[in-house]
Amino acid sequence: MSINQSGWRPEMTEERRNTTVTATGNKALMLEEALIFEIGDTNTTGVDFTYATPAKAGVQSGDIATGPQPSGSPQSNTLRGAPSPGRLGGLERTAEIDLPGLSEPETVRHYTRLSRQNYAIDLGLFPLGSCTMKHNPRLNEKLARLPGFADIHPLAPIHSVQGALELIHQLAHWLVTLTGMHSVAMSPKAGAHGELCGILAIRAALEARGDSRKVILVPESAHGTNPATAAFAGYAVENIPANADGRVDLEALKARLGPDVAAVMITNPNTCGLFERDMKAISDAVHAAGGLVYCDGANFNAIVGRVRPGDLGVDAMHINLHKTFSTPHGGGGPGSGPVVFSEALSPFAPLPFVEKTADGSFRLVEEETAEQHHGQSFGRMVAFHGQMGMFTRALSYILSHGADGLRQVAEDAVLNANYILRSLDDVLDAPFGASGPCMHEALFSDAGLAEGFTTLDIAKALIDEGYHPMTMYFPLVVHGAMLVEPTETESKAALDQFILALRSVAERAKQGDQALKAAPHFAPRRRLDETLAARKPVLVWKEPDLAEAAE
Amino acid sequence: MMRYLPLTQDDRTTMLATIGATSVDDLFVDVPEAARLDGPIRDLPDHASELAVERHLSALARKNIVAGDVPFFLGAGAYRHHVPASVDHLIQRGEFLTAYTPYQPEIAQGTLQMLFEFQTQVARLLGTDVANASMYDGSTACWEAIVMARRITKRGKAILSSGLHPHYVSVANTMAKFTGDVLETAAPTLTPEPDTASLTDRIDGDTSCVVVQYPDILGRIGDLSELAAACHANKALLIAVVTEPVALGALKSPGEMDADIVVGEGQSLGVGLQFGGPYVGLFGCKEKYVRQMPGRLCGETVDAEGKRGFVLTLSTREQHIRREKATSNICTNSGLCALAFSIHMTLLGEAGLRQLAAINHANAVTAADRLAQVPGVELVNDTFFNEFTLKLSKEARPLVQRLAERNILAGVSMGRLYPGEPDLANGLIVAVTETTTAEDVETLASALEEALA
Repeated sequence: MSINQSGWRPEMTEERRNTTVTATGNKALMLEEALIFEIGDTNTTGVDFTYATPAKAGVQSGDIATGPQPSGSPQSNTLRGAPSPGRLGGLERTAEIDLPGLSEPETVRHYTRLSRQNYAIDLGLFPLGSCTMKHNPRLNEKLARLPGFADIHPLAPIHSVQGALELIHQLAHWLVTLTGMHSVAMSPKAGAHGELCGILAIRAALEARGDSRKVILVPESAHGTNPATAAFAGYAVENIPANADGRVDLEALKARLGPDVAAVMITNPNTCGLFERDMKAISDAVHAAGGLVYCDGANFNAIVGRVRPGDLGVDAMHINLHKTFSTPHGGGGPGSGPVVFSEALSPFAPLPFVEKTADGSFRLVEEETAEQHHGQSFGRMVAFHGQMGMFTRALSYILSHGADGLRQVAEDAVLNANYILRSLDDVLDAPFGASGPCMHEALFSDAGLAEGFTTLDIAKALIDEGYHPMTMYFPLVVHGAMLVEPTETESKAALDQFILALRSVAERAKQGDQALKAAPHFAPRRRLDETLAARKPVLVWKEPDLAEAAE
Repeated sequence: MMRYLPLTQDDRTTMLATIGATSVDDLFVDVPEAARLDGPIRDLPDHASELAVERHLSALARKNIVAGDVPFFLGAGAYRHHVPASVDHLIQRGEFLTAYTPYQPEIAQGTLQMLFEFQTQVARLLGTDVANASMYDGSTACWEAIVMARRITKRGKAILSSGLHPHYVSVANTMAKFTGDVLETAAPTLTPEPDTASLTDRIDGDTSCVVVQYPDILGRIGDLSELAAACHANKALLIAVVTEPVALGALKSPGEMDADIVVGEGQSLGVGLQFGGPYVGLFGCKEKYVRQMPGRLCGETVDAEGKRGFVLTLSTREQHIRREKATSNICTNSGLCALAFSIHMTLLGEAGLRQLAAINHANAVTAADRLAQVPGVELVNDTFFNEFTLKLSKEARPLVQRLAERNILAGVSMGRLYPGEPDLANGLIVAVTETTTAEDVETLASALEEALA
């Protein structure tokens, strides 16, 4: 019985398939794409420069430099140089910049082809732990592009942008409400920038009371941004030990607290995907010793609508709008990292911020007026008001979900992660599986894999199964860590297929299947030589002969 | 019940059974009783339809005066340019929009190749050997450059030009309070030339860097060559800041004048005004300093079959490897805005960028000359690209307010940027781009004439 009713069936062997080459290098829908420097040239442009608006009845209109054009005249597309004399002070560019251009169709094709070499949430489950790769609702994209938000200038007169300020104020209100905190700084540009905001506020508060504490305690399991931030703000970083349950060792922490400890930075839920049960006791102990508590809110998705960090004694926490509140990750940003503050830290929050006035209008508090009622602010950390484009998306997300939806977000995110944990803990080692349920992410280790097989092999084999791998080798406290965060926007069917794939790959790694060592086999590229890239960095494109000459 | 949540009640029941839990509350057992919210979030309504949310946000959007609807002359660090329609279409491809930082290069070659192209475009535009994969924005890139200069020179005193954007100065001042860096700053004066020449005398053996904006906050353009030489004679670095990258289609690049680090705000190309963010920070430098750079770098390599491919590289500078010893704490940067910048730059190409720059300059020259004819208006600048400063016979800030009430966005008053500096109160910074029409200029000229009469 043939599987193909026409009578024809493919007979290509695995070997022949692998040796099949095409003249172009393309393989059907898998299309190779050259660099713009190889396909474009400096004379081509995909933009035309006839900016004259069509003449309205009775009104003649045109470019300033050429003045109104006679109606009906053909519109010139030629280069108009600056009228003589220009005002460039003799600094006119003479040398070629060497920027290649492409026509519009070539441009659209170039980037469309490149896009198809990317994995993305839109293509499938993206279980990158601690990154919260959830669906990005397209309503949010639409609303962020309303001209009333997208086409307004950050220095426009305040009364001409009241709607924008009101939107920031509304989002700020909900972030404060959801976290049970006292105030929020909206301007930080991403999570790490938010961390810096929080730590600077802590330092400002300590200095205001004449306290020059020098140490910040950070668990070894923390995101790398935590120690980097603390060091950037001028602090010495010390480790907080963990207990066997994958949580902060409260007694060890208490023993270390003292007059030199400015703050602790704790991620909760932590990077092992576990809730810090002793969080309130930790906060109380830190406060009793005169320190402050920073919480890394990267994992807020697990508890949104169910737990308020303000109830746990937190003094500052950043919220990644690009995680919990679904603004797109964009291949590496832009993010947005508003920071919520306790009452104790609020006076030290950065400028600028939006305030509602008695008459119901909104004003921007900047350096000019801060003296009078916000004199302890640590200052400005970014040119304008933060990531407006992310604020619109995040507010749209919050209003779309509402109180019931947000609570459901946390519940489904945690349910999905536990479903993965318990569906795979027979085949993969779950180092903290015995200590109870996980929160929004499931953590596995490389224990039990065949000799010579690693987490990397599992990750690369998952690529062949059609998935972006989980976060690997993080957190550092677990050997060969695999951190799986499915998020709440995955259906049960999607989870079941992922479990099938990871189970199969894990079994092959335990059996020592050599094919795994060479995975991925089916991606646009095989494993890439990262050592070569770092040893002889090629960071910009050069003409081949120039590149050779440089060696 | 909620459109973004695909699990059904049956799914949840089945899954709980697999887990061995009776209810979802069992999964939150580690949260102490006292910390669990027992009810819904206070005052937040339940979930809302697309239509309802769209109504709510649209109503807020309507309360703002849209730049494109009125005569518009604001710049001072954010510029309104025409962005070709294909840019916004392409950045909304889900494979770009909903991808993560390219940690798994085999399935992120799209983002990585784009970043490699972006780095090359930026390096060529700024005139530097290398450029990184983007920073948050110009102001944060500027501070990171100052910190980088400290690391390289092991000196802590930076001299900031009075022509540097006051918000950039403000950011640097904030950070320096905590890092112990010493910053020499000053407010600008309404003089025809930038302060480039006067900076030279202030460089000494303690100077880590001089930071100069090109063109400066008033729009003035100074030759950086002598300043660069003076810096290098004292083993200090020259950091150039470009807030309007379109200018580099007409002007010599700072790198050509031997600046060591060139940073910029890339918002002009592809990104749009967006009330200040997200924007995209540009960061380029000389090759010898590459290992001191902050941020992500994309590099070329080969795969196991010898095919060219791209990866994130030199990550031993970065926080996820080096932790407290990293060159910066930056992680997420501005990838999608870098993509928008790169696509716009590809559409323009050299020919298009030069044409765009020429039109910007020509329009600005025409507008400056027209506005300078208005009684009570004096053009401050000798040199400018697409932005210049007017000295009015009256205080500019209230005037800008009044014109905005008549739907004319006249520019950025220096009173807004430098409150408490009476010598600058009559200054008005005016930006003119390809989007500005002759009618816009006439409208502004008449309005100024009326207001200053």
